[in-house]
Amino acid sequence: MTDLATPPETHAHVPLRHPRLPSYAPWLVVGLAAAAAALVGLTLGWSLTGIVVLAMVLHVVGLTVWSRAVENARAATDRLVTSLVWVALTIALVPLVSLVLKVVTEGAAELNGRFLTWSMRNVVGEPGGIYHAIVGTLLITLAATVISVPVGLLSAIYLVEYGGQSRLAGWIRFLVDVMTGIPSIVAGLFAYALFSLIIGPGTQLGLGGGVALSLLMIPIVVRSAEEMLKLVPADLREASYALGVPKWRTIVKVVLPTAMAGIITGVTLAIARVIGETAPLLIICGSTDSVNFNLFNGQMASLPVFIYSSYTQPGTNPEILKGMAWGAALILIIIVMALNLIARLAGKFFAPKRGR
Amino acid sequence: MSTTPTETGSPKRRLGDLVFANLTRAAGLTILVTLAGVALFLTIQGIPGLTAGPADLKGHANFLGYVAPLVFGTLLAAVIALLIALPLAIGVALSVSHYAPRSVSIVIGYLVDLLAAVPSVVYGLWGIGFLGPRLVPVYQWLADHLGFIPFFSGPASNTGRTIMTASIVLAIMVLPIITAISREIFVQTPRLNEEAALALGATRWEMIRLAVLPYARSGIVSAAMLGLGRALGETMAVAMVLSASGIVTWDLISNTNPSTIAANIALTFADATGVQRNALIASGLVLFVITFAVNFGARSVVARYETGSPR
Repeated sequence: MTDLATPPETHAHVPLRHPRLPSYAPWLVVGLAAAAAALVGLTLGWSLTGIVVLAMVLHVVGLTVWSRAVENARAATDRLVTSLVWVALTIALVPLVSLVLKVVTEGAAELNGRFLTWSMRNVVGEPGGIYHAIVGTLLITLAATVISVPVGLLSAIYLVEYGGQSRLAGWIRFLVDVMTGIPSIVAGLFAYALFSLIIGPGTQLGLGGGVALSLLMIPIVVRSAEEMLKLVPADLREASYALGVPKWRTIVKVVLPTAMAGIITGVTLAIARVIGETAPLLIICGSTDSVNFNLFNGQMASLPVFIYSSYTQPGTNPEILKGMAWGAALILIIIVMALNLIARLAGKFFAPKRGR
Repeated sequence: MSTTPTETGSPKRRLGDLVFANLTRAAGLTILVTLAGVALFLTIQGIPGLTAGPADLKGHANFLGYVAPLVFGTLLAAVIALLIALPLAIGVALSVSHYAPRSVSIVIGYLVDLLAAVPSVVYGLWGIGFLGPRLVPVYQWLADHLGFIPFFSGPASNTGRTIMTASIVLAIMVLPIITAISREIFVQTPRLNEEAALALGATRWEMIRLAVLPYARSGIVSAAMLGLGRALGETMAVAMVLSASGIVTWDLISNTNPSTIAANIALTFADATGVQRNALIASGLVLFVITFAVNFGARSVVARYETGSPR
C-alpha cells in the first residue's frame, strides 16, 4: 500500500494497520485472570484446583473478548486457539507433576536400608522389604532382554540388509508394527497358555514372565534397531565389500559398530518400557513373599506386582503395606527414569564420530 | 552355488554368509511364528472356556453373555479416554510443533516422554490413591446438577473409583502416544504451504487450519486409533482404579461400573480355577482380536498415506 502517487482522498481514512493488542497482552490477562480467580476462590473457600480452573476459563474468555473488541474477529479466533493450545498443554502436564510429587512424598518416607534388603518372608505386622521384588524384577527383565535382543536385532538386520523390499520383509515390518499394540495382558495369557501346554496346567514361573515381556519388547527393539541400521551410510558397506570382506563380516564388523549407539539406546528404552509391566507378570509369575533366584521354578515376586497386590490386598495391616506400595512405586520410577537417562547418555557416549 | 566355477562368474557363497543370512531370516520368521503362536495358544487354551457352563461364568448362561458386558465396558472406557485425550494431545502436539519456541518445545518433548515412561501400575496407584478421592466432590456436583443426563444419573460414587476416573487415567496414559505421532506429522507439513498461507495474510490458526490440519488428517486418525488400541488393552490402571461389578450401564460416576476385559482377567485370574481360567483366556482372545483389528486398521491408514517414517 505504499503508493507512489498521493492516495485518493476517499481512502485516506482507512488505516494501514489494524489496531493490535500489545505484545504483553496474554501475560497481562494471565495475571489478571489468576488474581481474579484467586480473589473469588479464596472468598468462596474453593480448593486450588477450582481456582486454577476458573483462572484458565477467565484467561481464555478475557483474552478473546479483549481481542474481539480491539482487533477483529479473525484475530480473536487466533488468540482463542492459542490460549486453548497452552491450556491443553497445562492440563496435560498437571497429572505428571501431581503424580511425581505424590509418589516422591509418599514413597520417600519408606526408603531405608531395611526396605531395600529385606524380603516379606515371615514379616507380619511390621514393615518388611522389597528385596525379593527387586530381585524378581531384575531377573525377569534380564530373561526378557536375553530373549528379545538377539531375535530383535537379527530381525532388524534381516529387514535392512537382506529382506529389502521383499514380501516377507514387508509382512514382518507390518506385523511388528501391529505387535507393538498387543495388550500386555494378552502377552501374559500367551505365556501362561504356552507353559501350561509345555509343562502342565497352571504352571507359574519366572521364565514365563521373561517370555511374556519379550513379546512386548521385541517389536520395540526391532523398530529402533531398524531405524539405526538404516542410518548407516551405504558408503561404509561398499568400502568394506570393495576390500573383499564377506557380507556377514561387513555387517558384524562395520555396520553394527557404527549403529551401536542407537541400538544400545533403543534396547535400554525397551527395557525401561517393559520393566514396569504388571499384568503379564501377575498371570504368569504369580507372587511370593520369599526371594526366588530360580527363573525356571516357582512363583517369583516383582516390583509392579508387589505394588499392585500390597495396595489392593493389604491384608491385616493396610497402612503398612500401602505405604510400602508407595515406596516400591518410587523405586520403580527411579529405575525407569535411570534407564531413560542411561539410554540418552549411551546415545551420546557411544555415538560414532560422524554426527547422526 | 555354481557348478562350473569360473574366474569371472558370481562369487562363491561363503559358508559364513549363508549361515548368517539364514540366521537373520530365522529371527524374522520367529516373529511371524510368535504372532501366529499367540493366536494359536490362546485359541487352544480358550476353547474349553467357550463351552463353559454358568457355574464357571459368574452365572452367565453362555460365553457370549459373559464376555458381552466386558466388551461394552472395554469400549466405553477406551472411547471416553480417547475423547478426553485426543483434543489435549492435538493441543500439546501443536504447541510443540507450531507454538512454543524451540527451547521450550524440547522441554515439553522430554516431559511428554516422561509421561510415557511412568509404569501403568504407578498410574493405577495414583488414580486410586490421589485422583479418585479428589474427584468425589465433582461427581457429587455432576449427579446433583446434571443428573438428568444418563451419564451422570448417579448416585455418585463416594470413593471416586468409577469408570470416569479410570477413563481419565487411561486418557493420561494414551496422551503421549497420540501426541508423539501427531507431532511427527505436524512437523512434516510442507513449509511452503504454511508460508503461502501466512503470506496471504492468514493468522496462525488459519494457517494451521488451512495447511497443517488437512495435511495431517490421516495421521491424526491413525494416531487416535493407536491410542484407542492402547486404551483398549490397558490393564492395571483400570483394574486398580475401577470398582467393577460387571454390569452394563451408561452411568459413568456411580459405584457400580462395567468391567473391562483386561481388568477382569487381572482381577479374577489368580482365584480362578480350571475352566474359569479357560474362559478368561478366551476373553483375552476376544481382546486380542479387537485390538489387533484396531491396530491393523490404524497401520493400514498410516501405510496408505505414508510420507516417510510415521514414528
